[in-house]
Amino acid sequence: MKVLVAVKRVVDYNVKVRVKADNSGVDLANVKMAMNPFCEIAVEEAVRLKEKGIASEVVVVSVGANAAQEQLRTALALGADRAVLVESNDELGSLAIAKLLKAVVDKEQPQLVITGKQAIDSDNNQTGQMLAALTGFAQGTFASKIEIADGKANVTREIDGGLQTVALKLPAIVTTDLRLNEPRYASLPNIMKAKKKPLDVLTPEALGVSTASTVKTLKVEAPATRQAGIKVKSVAELVEKLKNEAKVI
Amino acid sequence: MQREYMEFDVVIVGAGPAGLSAACRLKQKAVEAGQELSVCVVEKGSEVGAHILSGAVFEPRALNELFPDWQALGAPLNTPVKRDDIYLLKSDAAATKIPDFAVPKTMHNEGNYIISLGNLCRWLAQQAENLGVEIYPGFAAQQALIDEQGVVRGIVTGDLGVDHEGKPKDGLYTPGMELRAKYTLFAEGCRGHIGKQLIKQYRLDANADAQHYGIGIKELWEIDPARHEQGLVVHTAGWPLNDENPGGSFLYHLENNQVVVGLIVDLSYSNPHLSPFDEFQRYKHHPVIRQYLEGGKRISYGARAICKGGLNSLPKMVFPGGALIGCDAGTLNFAKIKGSHTAMKSGMLAAEAIVEALAVGREGGDELHNYVKAFEDSWLYDELYRSRNFGAAMHKFGAILGGAFNFVDQNLFGGKIPLTLHDNKPDHACLKPAAQSPKIDYPKPDGKLSFDKLSSVFLSNTNHEEDQPCHLQLIDPNIPLARNLPLYDEPAQRYCPAGVYEIVTQESGEKKFQINAQNCVHCKTCDIKDPAQNITWMTPEGTGGPTYPNM
Ligand SMILES: Cc1cc2nc3c(=O)[nH]c(=O)nc-3n(C[C@H](O)[C@H](O)[C@H](O)COP(=O)(O)OP(=O)(O)OC[C@H]3O[C@@H](n4cnc5c(N)ncnc54)[C@H](O)[C@@H]3O)c2cc1C
Ligand code: SF4
Repeated sequence: MKVLVAVKRVVDYNVKVRVKADNSGVDLANVKMAMNPFCEIAVEEAVRLKEKGIASEVVVVSVGANAAQEQLRTALALGADRAVLVESNDELGSLAIAKLLKAVVDKEQPQLVITGKQAIDSDNNQTGQMLAALTGFAQGTFASKIEIADGKANVTREIDGGLQTVALKLPAIVTTDLRLNEPRYASLPNIMKAKKKPLDVLTPEALGVSTASTVKTLKVEAPATRQAGIKVKSVAELVEKLKNEAKVI
Repeated sequence: MQREYMEFDVVIVGAGPAGLSAACRLKQKAVEAGQELSVCVVEKGSEVGAHILSGAVFEPRALNELFPDWQALGAPLNTPVKRDDIYLLKSDAAATKIPDFAVPKTMHNEGNYIISLGNLCRWLAQQAENLGVEIYPGFAAQQALIDEQGVVRGIVTGDLGVDHEGKPKDGLYTPGMELRAKYTLFAEGCRGHIGKQLIKQYRLDANADAQHYGIGIKELWEIDPARHEQGLVVHTAGWPLNDENPGGSFLYHLENNQVVVGLIVDLSYSNPHLSPFDEFQRYKHHPVIRQYLEGGKRISYGARAICKGGLNSLPKMVFPGGALIGCDAGTLNFAKIKGSHTAMKSGMLAAEAIVEALAVGREGGDELHNYVKAFEDSWLYDELYRSRNFGAAMHKFGAILGGAFNFVDQNLFGGKIPLTLHDNKPDHACLKPAAQSPKIDYPKPDGKLSFDKLSSVFLSNTNHEEDQPCHLQLIDPNIPLARNLPLYDEPAQRYCPAGVYEIVTQESGEKKFQINAQNCVHCKTCDIKDPAQNITWMTPEGTGGPTYPNM
């Protein structure tokens, strides 16, 4: 069984992002980039399936600028077999990405596609679902457990206040949640070997996909800064302030 | 334990200016000599530049030699220095601008650039990779690999996936590897933790004065364009520090309405109540500094020690199988407060010596005497020789008289005044007992110009895997409470710029020395200043530490 994993290059989770002075977006100059943590979990799951003998090949794909090759190399170091970059310098929305991934799915014909449930930069939580709609594959989102047996994927989903297990007919799409696994470290020898694994670069044009956007970002704002707290001397003062300043009682 | 290993001709520890310049030079010279040469660089930061923090006014001399066409290659030197302003701050409001003619020559910056050293390192790393160097960020060298004959044969990278008790974590444990090499260059920067061990083991400092240090605390700001003057360099001396607790400040106007502002506090300070962090915060309120920062926004925060002993404190730089380069040895020129070009040059000299050695059939493992010789014949040595008295003069005579000495030495004698001042008292031995030292009442941060420690550390983007052995090791865990607390009010609470060390009172009323290792920004101050020399900084799990942008 071939597994396709989609990964995204995003701002490293350790970095505190800053909105540009003109509110046009987040300042990415000099900022460290990394693989989206949920995508890392997706790669790990695919590699585990391969180690169990269930997957025969793990292909990773990313859509983005040339620099996303770094994240693909990381995925190869974690154990993926080969990589595909759909190179585009445009700012692409979820739908454009899903269409491009659909074209790659058509080409690669995987039995299972794993993506992160969302990317930590835009928090859209859409691409996996849209890809499922475009391909007509079954979908299991927010997975905390995946079992493959008898041409089916049994996926345990994290839902509000509990868990739900669904059986998906293959081919299927699964999006990962935090508890699915804890990704391994890329070891030094594996990072070295990953440099030699195949990485193909495609373009949206070559895939025949139009990426014209239907959404325009008008404004990006930082959350309002919290006011500093104050210390009150007595319960009476607290009550007074709650009543007259905060006006909550 | 049997570890996996890999073999290279040269392994370099640390992707700072020294390590990367050495890597580039090795490849350049090997091509010239028609040799095949494999070069591997390991870097503990999650990417090159993530752990680099400097000023920086950059003197391009070494870069001109390494890449004469650096401009065409797009090196990030975008802001030539336009003017030097130097102030003596007399109080929290008063200041005197020092006229140009009275400033030691070494403090003039015509022909230099204001840069982000982190960005320069990222660029150098690209050049090195283009030349065929293998660079591995996220991998810390944990220790040197030393054989029974006492020869350095490479390094061992740190284990990954080990829990706080030192036990391997299920499914995650990834043992470190041996990276073996004919020659190993240590370029860890100031107070390198392996460098420190090598200096001890090979008694490299037997003929050197004690090393001296400062802690530099720095912030990056985006300021009001109306207050920004690209290319302006501002230095101050005096307030909030003094002769007993010396130091100085810098404020540089970079491109894109950004300025960097920082305070370097000499780690020979004597008052244990002093907090370099709080000195820096209050310093920003001085009118000379405030005039630029007001209405601006702080982008980043960090800290790093510098070693400033210069030539007198320089240890022997070679041992069997390798060498120390850059600030790991201590090549900073304190008279200029510049260590980047000197670090680069020392790396280049070591690289040339290695290619020379391999070309005549030497097999590694021996001492690179030709590096020492080339160093002594270089402009680097000449530069450090001329500046050898600068720091010691300040220590001995204080800022005013020491400044006068330095003026005479630098401007009239060109640094060749016929005497050498020695300063052999190590910084950690300079603290006076807390009871005999005045308490310092620091103002509360206003949240606009000055900030508290935690919100500052937040902007260093530092992080460490939570469940791992503590990388700040106490030789004797009782010393902080039993000795340092009563004697010095445990100064670690104040000298650490990241709030790692805390004395907390538990519910039982008992006191506890708490180490919040996750906050560490790898400045190395605790390893230097602890009066009992009881704290050893070790490399944490690779990628741990700050994630600096253009610092
Ligand atoms: C606040 C401040 C202001 C300064 N201003 C200036 C200035 O204006 N001009 C100037 O020229 N110089 C300035 N300097 C000095 C200059 O930054 C240093 O001299 C220079 O960075 C030294 O270069 P280096 O390569 O020796 O070490 P570093 O730049 O410290 O680089 C060492 C590298 O090695 C890595 N490393 C360390 N240990 C290990 C390990 N065990 N395993 C793997 N990786 C490791 C580190 O993460 C780091 O990336 C300033 C320094 C400070 C702190
Ligand atoms: S723990 Fe030590 S090295 Fe880390 S930030 Fe504090 S003083 Fe610096």
